[in-house]
Amino acid sequence: MDFITQHPVLVVSLAKIVGLMFVLMTTLAYLSWFERKVIAHIQSRWGPYYVGAHGLLQPLADGVKFLFKEDLTPPGADRFVYILAPMLALTLAMTTLALIPFGPPSVQWLGESTLIVADSSIGLMFVFAITSIGVYGVALAGWSSNSKYPLLGGLRSSAQMISYEVALTLAVVGVVLLSGTLNFNEMIQSQSGYYLHFVPRWNVVPQIVGFLCYFMSAVAETNRAPFDLPEGETELVGGFHTEYSSFKFAMFFMAEYANMITVSCLATILFFGGWLSPFPESWTFMRYLPPVGLLALAVYLAYDTVVLARGIARIQLIVVTAGALVIGLACLHPVVLAIIQGPFWFLLKVGLIMFFYVWTRATLPRLRYDQLMSFGWKFLLPVALANLVITALVKVWPMLVNHG
Amino acid sequence: MSTTIETAIGAAQTMVLNMGPQHPSTHGVLRVVLELNGELVAKAEPIIGYLHTGIEKSCEAKTYSQVITLTDRIDYLAPLSNNLGYCLAVEKILGIEVPKRAQYIRVLLTELTRCASHLVWVGTHAIDLGAMTVFLYSFREREEILKIFEYLSGQRMMTSYFRIGGLALEPPPGWLDKVQRVVDSLPGHIDEYEDLLTKNKIWLGRTQGVGIITASDAIAMGCSGPMLRGSGVAYDVRKAFPYSSYDEFDFNVQTQTAGDCYARYQVRVAEIRESIKIVKQAMQKIPSEGPFRAEVPGIIPPSREEMKTSIEGLIYHFKIFTEGFAPPPGEVYQAIESPRGELGVFVASDGSAKPYRVKFRAPSFVNLQSLPKLAEGRLIADVVACIGTTDIVLGEVDR
Repeated sequence: MDFITQHPVLVVSLAKIVGLMFVLMTTLAYLSWFERKVIAHIQSRWGPYYVGAHGLLQPLADGVKFLFKEDLTPPGADRFVYILAPMLALTLAMTTLALIPFGPPSVQWLGESTLIVADSSIGLMFVFAITSIGVYGVALAGWSSNSKYPLLGGLRSSAQMISYEVALTLAVVGVVLLSGTLNFNEMIQSQSGYYLHFVPRWNVVPQIVGFLCYFMSAVAETNRAPFDLPEGETELVGGFHTEYSSFKFAMFFMAEYANMITVSCLATILFFGGWLSPFPESWTFMRYLPPVGLLALAVYLAYDTVVLARGIARIQLIVVTAGALVIGLACLHPVVLAIIQGPFWFLLKVGLIMFFYVWTRATLPRLRYDQLMSFGWKFLLPVALANLVITALVKVWPMLVNHG
Repeated sequence: MSTTIETAIGAAQTMVLNMGPQHPSTHGVLRVVLELNGELVAKAEPIIGYLHTGIEKSCEAKTYSQVITLTDRIDYLAPLSNNLGYCLAVEKILGIEVPKRAQYIRVLLTELTRCASHLVWVGTHAIDLGAMTVFLYSFREREEILKIFEYLSGQRMMTSYFRIGGLALEPPPGWLDKVQRVVDSLPGHIDEYEDLLTKNKIWLGRTQGVGIITASDAIAMGCSGPMLRGSGVAYDVRKAFPYSSYDEFDFNVQTQTAGDCYARYQVRVAEIRESIKIVKQAMQKIPSEGPFRAEVPGIIPPSREEMKTSIEGLIYHFKIFTEGFAPPPGEVYQAIESPRGELGVFVASDGSAKPYRVKFRAPSFVNLQSLPKLAEGRLIADVVACIGTTDIVLGEVDR
């Protein structure tokens, strides 16, 4: 007991980490459901439908399937590295989430820094440091499998991730210049205020070029379509994870989604004002958007339960409806309403960016390796550099004028 | 002497990569042995035979009518074209004139087959290059065409609807309305695919200038169909050697001059539109009444009515379905334009009820030999695009 009372920070942090892990694991699972559903509807089909209502239990079924699959190691594989690679990929992908602020640093009734695990003063640097190590997971997986397709996939992704890392970092330096800090919360706070009283003063407005560069590099960095060459299914079979099966494969899968969440969170923080509401303070009725949204969802689900669902799906839907109803009603309470504001807007923005990710995947063909490289080095990098120089000039201009 | 990477590791350091027979984008069980220098393909060698079905040999043990069911399985994406090629060959050796109504219906159905086959091609080629949505869209439309086949013959794919001397059955009432519905909706859907692909920068980058084959090379290798027309040679069996009344239809041979993957894509998309045009004309031409197969006693089965009421009809029916019919000894070659190119059927008869030899000049098989020419010196990703635009069906390659 002494230990706990002496180190309250440790206990609180551990509790936050456990909470975040729980939420994150569920989100990762349901992201696969989300992606499959969105792509399915774009392609005029239903997607997961039979496992639970609206296929809501599909992620669970997938998880169980992964656990029970035979775990194969190809002959001649470097066993240690082969096992290390997926662990590395997933651990690193999840570490970055600790730096992400899901809400304002101090919330009424909750206290200081509750909605962030580690409010670091070098948040952005740390995230980039971790994501750069992430390439090891992929490269080692490709190399240790002792197989040709994974080797090619590993080579491709090492080259790709290192190349796009440069453009990615350069694209956000403009934001760092504007806000003058590396701390995420301070960055978000520097974006408060409005142009013309209603257009939010988000970085995406002055840094639109930076944002586009960032988003394109981020898609490449996370190996997603149209830059999904490392796992380019129709060329390299499965790319670096061809030889992985069972839960090791699932770990790569989760790492990919975790990376997607990370870069979406970063985009939200850097360019879309993080947990800030897009509406002016004076529009107080907008504070009721989360409960109203949840209650509307509950109404839709109730309709579904009564009219469409049958059997077990109906029981499941009753539970989900009740959940949405209870949370929605709870959100009407002023305390909960105040707490929910930051996370709500943050997660909504992240969700929209994720949707854009999935949309891109359903629409675009895949680039070729040389095209990808020349796009990164000959287009994105110069544009990001130019953006940086112009931002710096604009920033320094008043000083220069004053001196002259 | 300067040290480059090549001299340091030795320029001959290549890696051999087996692409297939189990690979997501070799369209079945094609195996390509790639010799790679980094990601560059130094040598590409297609290896076939993984889907050998022995269809040509099996034909020698069947009566002439029974062979039709085997032809369905050669090019399983265009069964009606195969049916047509074989039936025309046998009709040629027998000297049978098929009624005009049956001829027009045959034209209509083979053109729908071409649409269906090209739709599969657009979809699979797009998914090879990573655009997966087009795949599902085009299969949705293809299903509508297959529903027409099912309505007519009872089968979606293995139709066997064309028989020697005409058709298997009188088309059911209202079938033209179903065709009309497809013909009305298909052009809009093709616009949809073109919106997603034709001017897409990434699509252009992946297909333009990739897998170029010149007109003289294509001719020298015996390429046909869109492979040849994409290189600027306006050769189409339907125009050059018209069969089944194709000379009565007004259509253009679609060509492109670039000879790359994009040109072949454009040719195929334009051919779908052209086929719709032919289908529309055929719908005008098909008389609502009339015989659907020729009347040749002893060779073509008599109608159900006749078989039940006349003694000759019963005897012919019995003889045709037990021992078949024996064409005069001789050889014929009949070529048609299948969706993949010139499909030639050679039939040799020794005067018995079973063919002495049946040989299919499969366009997939001939077109496939251009693959090394298309792919060598390019990247692995281009090999996929090249295999895609040769539009091979492995069942036809191996037969």
